[in-house]
Amino acid sequence: MRKSTAQEDLLRGIWRENPVLVQVLGLCPTLAVTNTVENSLVMGIATFAVLLGSSFFVSLFKRFIPNEIRISVYILIIATFVTVAEMCLEALVPEVHKALGAFIALIVVNCIILGRQEAFAAKNTVWRSVLDAIGSGLGFILAMLMMGSLREVIGYGTFLGIPLFGDSYEPWVVMILPPGGFLTLGVILLTLGYVEERRRANRVSAMSAQERA
Amino acid sequence: MMSELVWIFFSAMVVNNFTLVLFLGLCAFMGVSSRVETALRMGAANIFVLVLTSISAWALNRFVLEAAPYLRIISFIIVIASLVQIVEMVIKKVSPTLFRQLGIYLPLITTNCAILGLAIFQTNRGYGFWEGLFFALGAGAGLTLALVLMASIRESTEFSDVPSIAKGTGLVLIIAGSLSLAFMGFAGLLSGGA
Repeated sequence: MRKSTAQEDLLRGIWRENPVLVQVLGLCPTLAVTNTVENSLVMGIATFAVLLGSSFFVSLFKRFIPNEIRISVYILIIATFVTVAEMCLEALVPEVHKALGAFIALIVVNCIILGRQEAFAAKNTVWRSVLDAIGSGLGFILAMLMMGSLREVIGYGTFLGIPLFGDSYEPWVVMILPPGGFLTLGVILLTLGYVEERRRANRVSAMSAQERA
Repeated sequence: MMSELVWIFFSAMVVNNFTLVLFLGLCAFMGVSSRVETALRMGAANIFVLVLTSISAWALNRFVLEAAPYLRIISFIIVIASLVQIVEMVIKKVSPTLFRQLGIYLPLITTNCAILGLAIFQTNRGYGFWEGLFFALGAGAGLTLALVLMASIRESTEFSDVPSIAKGTGLVLIIAGSLSLAFMGFAGLLSGGA
């Protein structure tokens, strides 16, 4: 396999290998806290910060971490950053901290973070691991915002608390209830699958047209 | 006292079902819900670890963490990881058959958010020993119920003719959405009685 460039490390996680939309990892927070844009954004930023910090330290200390207990060491590093993140959120945005509740602590077991440590930070230089973490973290924030905006706009008729449709709009309560989380992500994945299939079909027909010509 | 414990059990099992209402343990839910038999085994392994976690989380909260609450997340995750490791070794020694049957699912439980979630919910709600135990049993029963329901549906959709874009996760999510919608019906069950 050829070595990827720094630019690829950064861009890969945002769209082409988006942790949520393509790899379908980290579903707990994606579904549980995306009922408003504000909650989704705060959760996304907290996860981004934890991922960045953990990737930096894991790649920095990779020579000193014994192979047999590496997963436990990664989890310890991640848990430390989650504790820091939880304290920061409690101090900075107390209402959102209360709304997110146990899900902040559950960033520890978010498979995206452990996955990036095991798949990338443990084998690559500090600089490239940081780029990779920024890419995946941005990809996660992007997916959270997609979910959060869809659910808040349809479920409450607002965006970041600002009413969009006027008084006559009847909110779809189901979108902010748990089933709405499953259905929204399901519809997003189906749409992406449809777009991907169309693109592939176009490419095939373009190729056969070239052959005929 | 007894009725309160029963309430906690049913609340964790159906009204606040860990998988379909609180979204905990979704990785396992997506990963091992294609066969009813494996779903049952995974559920059994989960119940076992949940009960042990509940007991150790109670002990940690009672005897250790009062002095240092900021160590909560770190100590919970270490205890869960080592607990799963020990359980794995014990089962391997005592009953190799069961160990083979559980297979990869046992170590995977460490990163299952339902386990850490249980420990944290239990702490936040201030549950005592028995309350925690019934909470863990209810949560485990709920996880198993959701897994088996999902697996039965997926087994019967296997040969049905779905559009090609819906094959895989998209379809599973939509099915989970409808299941979750069905579970919302339980919400009125307990609030009326209590």
